Amino acid sequence: MSHGAREHMSEKLVIIGNGMAPGRMLEHLFEQAPGRYQVTIFNAEPRVNYDRIMLSPVLSGEKSFEEIVIHCDGWYTKNGVTLYKGHRIVAIDRAAKTVTSDRCVTEPYDRLVIATGSVPFIIPVPGSSLPGVFTYRDLDDVNAMLLAAQSRAKAVVIGGGLLGLEAAAGLNARGMDVTVLHVMPTLMERQLDPAAGYLLQTAVEERGIKVMTQANTMAIVGDGQVEGVELADGTVVPATLVVMAVGIRPSAGLAKEAGIAVNRGIVVDAGMRTSDASIFALGECAEVNGQVYGLVAPLYEMARVAARQLSGDESAAFVHSDTPTKLKVTGIELFSLGDFADGQDRQELVLRDAAGGVYKRLVLKDDRIIGTVLFGETADGAWFNDLKKRRVDISELRDNLIFGQAYQGALPDDAQICGCNGLFIALDALAARAA
Amino acid sequence: MNEARMVKTTCPYCGVGCGVLAEVGADGSVSVRGDPNHPANFGRLCSKGSALAETIGLEGRLLHPEIGARGASWDEALDLVAQRFSTVLAEHGPESVAFYVSGQLLTEDYYLANKLMKGFIGTANIDTNSRLCMASSVAGHRRAFGADIVPGTYEDLELADLVVLVGSNLAWCHPVLYQRIVAAKEKRPEMKLVVIDPRRTMTSDIADLHLAIRPDGDVALFAGLLAWLARSGLLDRDFIAAHTSGLEDARAAAEELSPADTAAVTGLTEAELRAFYELFAHTERTVTVFSQGVNQSISGTDKVNAIINCHLATGRIGRPGMGPFSVTGQPNAMGGREVGGLANMLAAHMEIGNGAHRERVQRFWNAPTIAARPGLKAVDMFRAVADGRIKALWIMATNPVDSMPDADRVREAIAACPFVVVSDISAETDTIRHAHVKLPAAGWGEKDGTVTNSERRISRQRPFLDAPGEARPDWWIICEVAKRMGFRAAFAYASAAEIFAEHAALSGFENDGERGFDIGAYGGINEASYEEMEPFQWPVRADEIEVALSPDTPFSAAARRGEMSGRTKGGALRFFADGRFFTADHKARFIAVRPTPQRETDAEFPLILNTGRVRDHWHTMTRTGKSPRLSQHSAEPFVELNPEDAARFGIGDADIVRLASRHGEMLARALLTERQRRGSAFVPMHWTDEFSARARVDALVAPVTDPISGQPASKTMPVRAERFAARMFGFAVLRAKPGLIDADYWGLARCRGGWRLELAWAAEHEDWQVFARSLLGNEPTADLLAYHDAANGRHRFVSITCGRLAGALYLARAPLAVFRNWLVEQLADDQAHSRLALLAGRPGKGQADHGAIVCSCFGVGASQIAAAVGDGCATVEAIGATLQAGTNCGSCCAEINTIIAANRLAAAE
Repeated sequence: MSHGAREHMSEKLVIIGNGMAPGRMLEHLFEQAPGRYQVTIFNAEPRVNYDRIMLSPVLSGEKSFEEIVIHCDGWYTKNGVTLYKGHRIVAIDRAAKTVTSDRCVTEPYDRLVIATGSVPFIIPVPGSSLPGVFTYRDLDDVNAMLLAAQSRAKAVVIGGGLLGLEAAAGLNARGMDVTVLHVMPTLMERQLDPAAGYLLQTAVEERGIKVMTQANTMAIVGDGQVEGVELADGTVVPATLVVMAVGIRPSAGLAKEAGIAVNRGIVVDAGMRTSDASIFALGECAEVNGQVYGLVAPLYEMARVAARQLSGDESAAFVHSDTPTKLKVTGIELFSLGDFADGQDRQELVLRDAAGGVYKRLVLKDDRIIGTVLFGETADGAWFNDLKKRRVDISELRDNLIFGQAYQGALPDDAQICGCNGLFIALDALAARAA
Repeated sequence: MNEARMVKTTCPYCGVGCGVLAEVGADGSVSVRGDPNHPANFGRLCSKGSALAETIGLEGRLLHPEIGARGASWDEALDLVAQRFSTVLAEHGPESVAFYVSGQLLTEDYYLANKLMKGFIGTANIDTNSRLCMASSVAGHRRAFGADIVPGTYEDLELADLVVLVGSNLAWCHPVLYQRIVAAKEKRPEMKLVVIDPRRTMTSDIADLHLAIRPDGDVALFAGLLAWLARSGLLDRDFIAAHTSGLEDARAAAEELSPADTAAVTGLTEAELRAFYELFAHTERTVTVFSQGVNQSISGTDKVNAIINCHLATGRIGRPGMGPFSVTGQPNAMGGREVGGLANMLAAHMEIGNGAHRERVQRFWNAPTIAARPGLKAVDMFRAVADGRIKALWIMATNPVDSMPDADRVREAIAACPFVVVSDISAETDTIRHAHVKLPAAGWGEKDGTVTNSERRISRQRPFLDAPGEARPDWWIICEVAKRMGFRAAFAYASAAEIFAEHAALSGFENDGERGFDIGAYGGINEASYEEMEPFQWPVRADEIEVALSPDTPFSAAARRGEMSGRTKGGALRFFADGRFFTADHKARFIAVRPTPQRETDAEFPLILNTGRVRDHWHTMTRTGKSPRLSQHSAEPFVELNPEDAARFGIGDADIVRLASRHGEMLARALLTERQRRGSAFVPMHWTDEFSARARVDALVAPVTDPISGQPASKTMPVRAERFAARMFGFAVLRAKPGLIDADYWGLARCRGGWRLELAWAAEHEDWQVFARSLLGNEPTADLLAYHDAANGRHRFVSITCGRLAGALYLARAPLAVFRNWLVEQLADDQAHSRLALLAGRPGKGQADHGAIVCSCFGVGASQIAAAVGDGCATVEAIGATLQAGTNCGSCCAEINTIIAANRLAAAE
């Protein structure tokens, strides 16, 4: 067996991309199959693995980059990982089983993991490549925005989704005059129902950020430099900095060129294997069961599955689950999960406290939670998520379900259900218990 | 500036007549406590008495005379009353007018109302709500003793070795007497207590023996006792021979029932009967206390005599620790009896049918006429109003639209009467809304006079507040009307003292021991002595003490307790110790009594409805309804049903129940309890249209009366109970009193910080948010929190104004389990609230609801007490030391004891 183990040690695992998904995968892998692979990573970004979700606090100045690093250099050394920083892979030779970087490094692999992530979507309008137009994807984008923010006063964020609002809040925190342009009637319409979207808009506006909904960008205007954003109705919103945050696209070009099956993303089976049995894909670039993912929880699920597969457990399979959305803007509590469209077979629990800035909605089907929107108070999000995931029959909890875990538990025996003196009842109950 | 001062006065609630010390602070704030020197209570007060300071606010007070819907001057209002009464008198004669007065009037007011009616208007059409309270006791006393006399004193309750309570929930209705008995029983554990009541009440919880008798089984029970005593050779032959007559007839009547018959009629086993009879027979010092369960019956007078028969047969009367003891429900029912303010009495214990008495009273009053025959008793009086014979009616200090049997007919009668005057302290009662003229009377704490309690003790009610607005004492109002009717000379009183002096003088006038009621010693009392007058028991004949006529010799010095002849230490005097009664031959009468057929139920009306009282309310809640503390104990109208009956009628716990009789119907909350006898239901008599949607229980009660006393049978009405098909239930707390409440059922109660409201509807509103806004207030500054579970019909609304809870409403399709007491506390609490907790209707984890309020004084709930018992508190004292519960008025000690016992029982398992 020791011979076999040594044989395995010679297996070469190459990973294209150094984001959160492959980072998590490696953690699992080193735990489950220590020493089995010799690992090489090519990272287009010139740095270690960091927590991309926490870029917004970096943008707003609440955190530094060092605080959001996941794996420092020592971690790679300790695990014998070769990390090529700032190397973008430009070709995969599946026949030769090698990859080649833009800096002409070619590395052979036994197993290859593609984790190229996604690229921001750029609206194809005139002026979209003017200096001063940014996307919001990685630390380089953040640094560029911060640099620009030092000399520019007016920012327009195109896109009132999760990322756009976080960018807007960050720039606002840096002292910029920020306007959010959103093409739909309410903010974050994919995660929030209109009522919550409206509350969110109010909360965002209270921070001094302007919000324009149903604002359809026609062009970015400016003479050699961004000067404004022109809308379909002809309005020009002045801007010296524009952030495009209207969505992402899986980064699947490399795989496609290598002849791997690609749809919206790189097509993988439930075991994260691409059409090439030696090649896996995971993260935002991967498409499993026709679906691509952008939130961290399913990406971590992919990492778990890929690690199992690479450890030799071929039964490991990706399970879809709805993932809660949280907005990382200090002071705005927002939680969204699952399906909350109206429907004949659905019932809903709604709690509104407009002045208190709280809105909660639970969508039920067959006495189970299928959707949750929480605004203003999200502490129970995890609990609702758990109830939903476990498909718990909530009929017993229903009366106080929306108020959260702190309001569960049966009423005491002598709780009153009327205004006449329940004392006789309480006494009789005590006597009955004693008998 | 005003200085703090303390005034000795008397409680305005039940017939115990407790002394109260009212302290008025320099800032005008009022606090009350029991008068430690008053012989009725020695410092104790019950929950109601303790909360008196909460009831004297001006909210809801009638402050100015009104004619129709408009304000009027006193002159205008009085002129109109006098003119209309005079006109009716002139056109239709004296029988066309009536006064319906009250045991809440002071003796002086009562005396003048009686004097005006019987001596000047010339009819005896003056009756009183005391007719509903103790007329049967009056009749029973008169039949047995030849006079309406309660022989004993409260001290006898403590000296007795056996106290038998018949139809009396003393723990709730006369709590201070109950506490005196409990204290005596603690000192002498061998003392026995028997409770005879169809319900298992709080009082029965401390009884050595509880006989859950069939309604109206009392005559058979005591007739059976008499027969048993006779059979067993336990009669006091010497006493019977020397001081009584009629035993043989009474015994023969009693023996018509075999022991088996007695068991059948009483619903008790022969063993139970025997246990009670043995106890009675072999306990010399026995007091039999009786109250509404005896009086409010078609056989009320017979019940009284059945009880008295047993005391006469054993010679147990007029001696320490013995005797039959009627306990009255009203603060001044006894005063009313003394002045003769009932339709079948004349004045000062003189008979209306006795020509010599009539002549004497007329002469004393220097009256132009005198009523020649008994007037209309309450039920007949309102029948006469209904059929138009009575054309002018003056109602004083009472609320017959709620308290009279067949109350809906009474309401119609009053509404149709050509001229109705109501004197009251409340601007809004179910009666006063039908008045043509409303006269604002002075209330407790403002008025000045005397009341008599159940042991014949006369005490002063003294003012400690200025009468608000234009409110005036009732005696002044009566005088002003009398003067305007042309009787100026006979009604020219300057003060209550003058009236009392005249009343006292009449009691002693040509008396010579002929009449038991004699306070002739007070016939010349002056203002200063009246002011100083200490509580005393009658009789006090003119030759017994000298009551000062001049201000320099204060009365209190002369009349110090114990100095009066014939009195025991403590001032107690018993009647009949000498075996001398007030019949013509001075012998007491045995009365032959036979059980009257009991009220029959049938398929349509299968339950017997018993009406009664709760611990913390009084009459129609015009006073106690103002008190947040008192309104918590029972916050809505309810009907107690036995669970088996409830199941039979498809009624679940906390359902809304529709109760109906041939006369009317009502809605109330179902309270299911084994304490209620199967086949019967209990409903409190307090709720009116002011506090509920349809809960006037007297609307169901037939105007059937005891043939001798004319007292209505309020406790044995055949009714039907059915589940009211409520589609929606609600509970609300509100800072402001709601206006019109758009619900089929509701019960409103005062609470600290505002109001609490129970609701139910037969159909759902289309938009509950609209209802919520209308109930919780439409202020634009209010923010409304809402929770909806539309599919399940659950809605909750919370309204917050300026950071404070303005109101909250909770709705569900089943009776709501919300933390009522906690919500009420939130209303009173000015601190920041957890908005979501308010909307949830319950505290988050770590905060508990205190459960049903047991101790009104300190707001301690059943859950807290049970927890303290769990933590080792094993006695009422220990609970008091830990939670304060029961340490003020003590009215809840019975309940605390029951919780301790139940928890111990649970722990022992």
